[in-house]
Amino acid sequence: MLNTILAEAAAETEHNPIIPIWQEIVLGLIAFVVLVVVLTKFVFPQMEKTFAARVDAIEGGIKRAEAAQAEANELLERYRAQLAEARTEAARIRDEARADAEGIRQDVLNKAREESDRIIAAGQEQLAAQRESIVRELRSEVGTLAVDLASKIVGESLADEARSRGTVERFIADLDSAGTTGGRR
Amino acid sequence: MTGQSIVLAADVPFPPSVEDFYLPSILPWAEHDNYWFTKITALVWLTTALIIIYFLVSYRKPQLVPTKKQWLAESIYGFVRNNIAVDMIGPRGVQFAPYLTTLFCFILLNNFWGIVPFVQISPNSHIAFPAFLAVISYVMFIAVGIRHHGVVKYFKTALIPPAPWFILPLLIPIEFFSNFLVRPFSLAVRLFANMFAGHMLLLVFTLGGFAMLNANAWFAPFSVVSWVMTIALTFLEFLVICLQAYVFTVLTASYVQGALADGH
Repeated sequence: MLNTILAEAAAETEHNPIIPIWQEIVLGLIAFVVLVVVLTKFVFPQMEKTFAARVDAIEGGIKRAEAAQAEANELLERYRAQLAEARTEAARIRDEARADAEGIRQDVLNKAREESDRIIAAGQEQLAAQRESIVRELRSEVGTLAVDLASKIVGESLADEARSRGTVERFIADLDSAGTTGGRR
Repeated sequence: MTGQSIVLAADVPFPPSVEDFYLPSILPWAEHDNYWFTKITALVWLTTALIIIYFLVSYRKPQLVPTKKQWLAESIYGFVRNNIAVDMIGPRGVQFAPYLTTLFCFILLNNFWGIVPFVQISPNSHIAFPAFLAVISYVMFIAVGIRHHGVVKYFKTALIPPAPWFILPLLIPIEFFSNFLVRPFSLAVRLFANMFAGHMLLLVFTLGGFAMLNANAWFAPFSVVSWVMTIALTFLEFLVICLQAYVFTVLTASYVQGALADGH
């Protein structure tokens, strides 16, 4: 159909539709070139930039998140290691402290034992000394008392001191030997 | 055209002729054979202006998260970039995407005037426009091929298919004919003829309705059928308009791809 139309048209009219009009080519070319220049200079590069920025934003976000995740994991590992270290350290310190405490306790115990021994020994010594002095005192006093008592019983003063002293001395020596055996008992 | 025919309903010219495509010029008014400022050229300028304004306005402040307007402009570019340029040419297609998108928009909108009420003629129904677009595509794919391969190697890969030597005398002329002679013509004529025929069809059915009505008042129902056909054909035209813009762009991309291809 097109062919017949074209043939007819070519035959009977002054315009041939497949012969381009040069003015239209010129104008169309100018218009198209302007369009191409404007769009490829100002619009589509912008779009490419936006696309790239968008891709970057998404991929960069993912990458950043991954990096942060990795860093967090690493930190976690490090903290865990540090925690384990701290735990063993604490255990070690505790053991040491326990050992120290045991040592100190032993020391204190020993010292206390020594002290008590010492105190006991001193007490015993003192006791013996006191007993000695008491015995000595008693010894003299017993002599006097006995003389007093004897003189009262006899009713007369034993004027003959020399004699009486000799008697007393003898008595006390007897007593003394008896007293020492009694004290030891 | 339709407006003219409605006004002249009393004596419509039927059948429509090629002369219906050549309207008198606007400036100077009503002069024939003066083509600097006609409805056709005005439409081309309008197309250019509309596309530029549209993209500049909708892409004035690009944002990472696009607004609706920005998204629409981006999807036009993205469509040509991803579905034509990258699909046909491969990763290198990105650098051709801006030109291909411009080409696509220019052809699409110029075609679209063919079915816009009260405009209803596409500049692409004048062969001048498809012709220079085809020439640009032709020059472009040859230039791309030469830059990629060098002159000798490009014509070698383009002309000599991997075939036994005794077939080559037959194949080389065929390759030359199909690659370097037919391509620009087929590109230009395909687009031009589609738009020309589309306009002619709409004219036939619109004017035919009036012609029948004038011939006999009893033909009124047929006139109505004819006008309904016009509407139906307008929808068909819409399909053809989009398809032809797409085909022109895809073929250009395909030629560029062929020029860049290393094997045959």
